[in-house]
Amino acid sequence: MSAVVESQTSKQVKRAGLTALAFLLMVVMCVPGLWVVLSAFRPNGEILAKPPVWVPENPTFDNFRKIFGLGTDQVAIPVGSYFMNSLIIALTSTLIALAIGMAGGYAFARYRFRGKGGIFLGLMLFRAVPGIALSLPVFIIWSKLGIIDTKLGLIIVYVSLNVPFTIWLIDGFFRQIPLSLSEAAQVDGCTRWQAFWKIEFPLARSGIAAAGVFAFLTSWNEFALASQLTRSTTSKTLPVGLLDFTAQFTIDWAGMCAMAVIIIVPALILTFLVQKHLIAGLTFGGVKG
Amino acid sequence: MPFWRRESATPFLLLTPAMLTMAFVVVFPLVFSMYTSFTGFRLTKPASLYDWVGFRNYARILSDPEFWIPFGRTVLFLTVVLNVEFLLGLGIALLINRITWGQRTLRTIMMFPMMFSPILVGFMFKFLFNDNIGIVNNALQSLGLSDGAIPWLVDGKLAFFSIAIAEVWMSTSVFAILLLAGLFAMPRDPLEAAKVDGCNAWQTFRHITLPFLMPFAYIAMAIRSLDVARAYDIVTVMTDGGPAGRTEILWTLIGRVGYDNSRMGMANAMAYVSTILSILFTWYFYRKLVAARRYMGGAQ
Repeated sequence: MSAVVESQTSKQVKRAGLTALAFLLMVVMCVPGLWVVLSAFRPNGEILAKPPVWVPENPTFDNFRKIFGLGTDQVAIPVGSYFMNSLIIALTSTLIALAIGMAGGYAFARYRFRGKGGIFLGLMLFRAVPGIALSLPVFIIWSKLGIIDTKLGLIIVYVSLNVPFTIWLIDGFFRQIPLSLSEAAQVDGCTRWQAFWKIEFPLARSGIAAAGVFAFLTSWNEFALASQLTRSTTSKTLPVGLLDFTAQFTIDWAGMCAMAVIIIVPALILTFLVQKHLIAGLTFGGVKG
Repeated sequence: MPFWRRESATPFLLLTPAMLTMAFVVVFPLVFSMYTSFTGFRLTKPASLYDWVGFRNYARILSDPEFWIPFGRTVLFLTVVLNVEFLLGLGIALLINRITWGQRTLRTIMMFPMMFSPILVGFMFKFLFNDNIGIVNNALQSLGLSDGAIPWLVDGKLAFFSIAIAEVWMSTSVFAILLLAGLFAMPRDPLEAAKVDGCNAWQTFRHITLPFLMPFAYIAMAIRSLDVARAYDIVTVMTDGGPAGRTEILWTLIGRVGYDNSRMGMANAMAYVSTILSILFTWYFYRKLVAARRYMGGAQ
């Protein structure tokens, strides 16, 4: 009797231990991010202080005011325009990539055709070309076309960067919808086009939204191509702008931390909203393909 | 009936926009890059675009230690980093699978590093590892573990180590999340059967759990292989290849030769080597994925 109780308690202890270990691991994972966020609300002097100040003594929004050029103290880096550029470029390229990806994903999920596997693999392999390697020829061609340092130039590149992955995800989501549903609609007199918009699109909508978030984040976070294809405030994005800080004589750590927060907050919110669909899409697309 | 009205043409029409974009932004530039790699093109001399040099660029880089050392370093870096990410990810997935309280929260937190821009991850770890004001040195000194400032990003070996830490921090969750999804999808019957047959925990893991998880590991590898070149962003912001080229990897070398030294012909030849490497890598894991799926008897 006592042996049973004992083994039960030891099981509970073990379980509690595992839970504690898991949470400890997560804390370790969060520390780098949290430290940057904390530092964004400190004056630069406190960051440079020796001995170190662990808990912010006088939290302030000055760094944010400064990088957006609102306070008396200003930074020479136009973070506001970079933010708008990032937003416009990421949103536009995401919408176009989604439209192209939905057409392509539907084709892969619903039709049998010659060379299907080959085309699919080909799309994926082109996505594997390293950004910096692709940037060399694109840089030369875009210069000849006169779209270097324009938002358009970057949007075109990001659309093609996102199309393969978007097709992969959306293909997976369409596959999960039974074919019989759209067939039933077609028997009832819908055309295939109508059946798509009335049956399949609404059912796959959350998955498509997840694919959209993925595309948005890819564009929002991209650096290798953006750093070569943009030159000025008309098209520079936030990741490229972050590196501007290091070019200055003294590194403005507080300003950089504030800018890091500006870059990460939209990404975290979006991820949080679609996390469930994202995992489902990645695994279904791959395993049940 | 014209070709495009036929039912059999529909999938090709649907794929046309995708093909056109890829052709314009990837295929055409790659062909152009191939051509450029056979010229002595320099950005400063536009006329040199027509200066055909045959295989000279390739011959040069293949016999040049300034190419082979970063090349070898890149291969070493990827081998170490991917294996560490796989093992850590597997450990985290098995751990989270065992616990019941707070599992959802943990899964959400785990997704966060995936969403960080690589340039941001690089900056974050540059800030953390800064020898003067970084939290790592401050913590070590406060705990009395070290009396001087450790030059994390100034010493070649330590800088390489710091970059690897940043990379592992950023990408381990890709493995953890996909392997955890695999554990969730796992049928219970084989596990129970193994228990009845008297397998111990390690045997069950080795012969039942691990084979079932492999396709998920290959998805993670395939996804990772699409963006291994993101290491470029991290290295650029953390050390920019320094000190004295000790952390130069293939991709930072391409950027330096192409843009800073404006030797575009040479850089394109290097870029081609790196592109082929990346494509082979992705293709390998895609094949593995297909094979593992067949082994599982999944739907084809």
